[in-house]
Amino acid sequence: MTKDVVLDHVSVRFGSYTAVDNAYLTIKGGEFFSFLGPSGCGKTTLLRCVSGFVDPTEGRVLIGGKDMANVGPNKRPTALIFQNLALFPLMSVADNIAFPLEVRGISKRERRRRADELLDMIALPGVGDKKVHELSGGQRQRVAIARALAVEPDILLLDEPLSALDLKLRHHMRSELRAIQQRVGLTFIYITHDQGEALTMSDRVAVMNAGVIEQIGDPESVYDRPKTPFVASFVGETNRIAGKIIGQSGQIATIDTALGRLKGKAAGGRTYKPGDDCLLFIRPEKFGLAGDGAKAGTSDNAIVARCVKEEFEGSARQIFLEAGGVDLRAALVNSGEGSRRLSTDEVATFGFAPTSATVLPADQSGG
Amino acid sequence: MSKATGAGAGTTLYSLFFFAFLFGPLIIMVVTAFNSSSFPRITPWECFTTDWFSVLVNNARLMGGLGTSVIIGAGVVVCAVPIGLAGAMALSELPPRLRAALYTVLITPILIPGVVLGISTIVFWGIVGRAFGEEYASTFYNGIFLTLIGQITFISAYAMLVFSARLQRFDPTLTEAALDLGATPGQCFRKILLPFLKPAIGSAAFLTLLASFENYNTTVFTILSDSTFTTALASKVRLGTDPSLSALAVIIIGLTLIGAMVHEARTRRQALLRSGKPQLSPLYANPVTRVMTHPAGIAIMLIALAGLLVYLGSRHDASACKAGILQQKRAVQEQLLEEQRARIRKLREKAGPATTDAPATNNPSPFGGAFKPGMLAPKEETAPANPSPFGGAFKPNALKPKE
Repeated sequence: MTKDVVLDHVSVRFGSYTAVDNAYLTIKGGEFFSFLGPSGCGKTTLLRCVSGFVDPTEGRVLIGGKDMANVGPNKRPTALIFQNLALFPLMSVADNIAFPLEVRGISKRERRRRADELLDMIALPGVGDKKVHELSGGQRQRVAIARALAVEPDILLLDEPLSALDLKLRHHMRSELRAIQQRVGLTFIYITHDQGEALTMSDRVAVMNAGVIEQIGDPESVYDRPKTPFVASFVGETNRIAGKIIGQSGQIATIDTALGRLKGKAAGGRTYKPGDDCLLFIRPEKFGLAGDGAKAGTSDNAIVARCVKEEFEGSARQIFLEAGGVDLRAALVNSGEGSRRLSTDEVATFGFAPTSATVLPADQSGG
Repeated sequence: MSKATGAGAGTTLYSLFFFAFLFGPLIIMVVTAFNSSSFPRITPWECFTTDWFSVLVNNARLMGGLGTSVIIGAGVVVCAVPIGLAGAMALSELPPRLRAALYTVLITPILIPGVVLGISTIVFWGIVGRAFGEEYASTFYNGIFLTLIGQITFISAYAMLVFSARLQRFDPTLTEAALDLGATPGQCFRKILLPFLKPAIGSAAFLTLLASFENYNTTVFTILSDSTFTTALASKVRLGTDPSLSALAVIIIGLTLIGAMVHEARTRRQALLRSGKPQLSPLYANPVTRVMTHPAGIAIMLIALAGLLVYLGSRHDASACKAGILQQKRAVQEQLLEEQRARIRKLREKAGPATTDAPATNNPSPFGGAFKPGMLAPKEETAPANPSPFGGAFKPNALKPKE
């Protein structure tokens, strides 16, 4: 039932503009796969390639091993959920959901039965006779999903479907979508610029920038082991410190920065020569504060920094630091009584484990 | 209205003038339709009559023209609406620069004077007819065919404007969604685009029908020896007008009013149903008033009212009153004649017996003898020496230097 989607060296060019550059990946059947990237990075174009609205300039799209060239969007085993949902405003909710059945010539009574089934599945029983504009944003969202599922597709494509919803609903729909995906067992290909959505829902994430897929991996590896400066800075908050390689022993590279000598992990098993320009990325939450006791092993990379500002967020404190002319940000978990507080302009020593920092070559684009 | 919105005597006066300007002519026209005077006027009021309606209906040329107009109007709607829709869809699909070019091409027939369109239609199809070696009795020289073609050339552009205005509000992702859900392009068009365009189709059909019906300057050429309602009307007015045209105006105004009221009822009912709580409206809650405010109910009531008025009108007999008026007119004429005779008698008495060359002084012609032979011939002694307006500049040798 489930089919793999293979993008075989797909490139899409509009005139001289390259929207997608040589995308090569396999999306396994039953997987929740996300494309994450800033707007204009080509992720929507890629999705439209899979659904059939855009033909690749080069390369092939294979679904279940079959080349999709010359197969129209209405003949592909995919269903697309549009960013604006594209529900038909003149039809009732049930007619919307039954539309794919109607165009396949299924009888009216059977259509209605299927529509009611799907409405039950999305937990909206009894709204079938309402008009689309009478529903709330979240309900419309679910109707759009039901309509797409009525096609009985092998692959469901979602183009930033949550971007029009308010924050709370968005969080709710995240878990809802994930639950639906696990219930129906379909392949979901999800497009988003929101890293939170991509990381919470997906089995695997592809991070895209300027038409190029920079990294593919599960959410943890994308977050913790970024392969390019772009991925490191786009996915999650990070501090970026420029420096020069001094030496490398095994995976740990030592670099010389404006903050002194720091150690980090050379990503992807790279070997550096002394003198290479490089960037060190360290997440705010990986910092420990000396004397706080909350984090051990912070002596390796000691940074003496001045506290510029502290923001209390409940679960954590965001501390804005300045050291050696570099602005840094640290997030300290609120561990309750006994955690050390900093006042403005107080100087303190921060540290982080070398394995939690990533060293990447500086000559790569992006960041 | 409050002071801030400029209410006051000036505004009231202005509004009065405004509405008088808009509706004054219509009101006067309606009144003249019921005056028995053979020229459309209000004063002097003679008799209330409905005879002008029967004069109108019995005018064979006008009624024949009406039939032709209906045929042409229906033909134009059937052809111009799909053509306009196709044009509008082509416009919406094209990239911007091509769209601007095509838009100019499609809109040109509206900008070209109708007279030019009319003449060029006859000329063009005449050439085509001759190329096929057709006779003058063939389709290419048929007034209805030529008018149909001539009107479609520019009326389709009206339809196109209506459709492109509506299409601009169409969300193209709806078509994509339908395609993605498995619909064929044909199903997309029928099930998604056409329902969306339904109101525009209605207005385009109405607009094209009106445009075809009231068109004169193209039709007057292309209709050839035939005549439509408009051209028949125009030729009738040229020969002198009578109140049967006012009667026609009454009929048209009546139909328009019925249509407008039914349409208004429909709009209100839809707004009420859309609000989701029609039961809250007292008019809707009561079954009798609900039927009465239903557009079909209103249409039936208005048509019944119109039918009643027509029936009563047809029973009205103004012949007695008219005979009275005729008598009065005769009496007045008689009196005038009498007075004139008295005046002439007096003149004769004054002139005495030397009235043998009476024809010269007592000229009975009302035109002062203008038609007497030789009356208008230029008198010889007053003729200018040089009749040329150019002072003889073109006379041979006139510009030659003097020796």
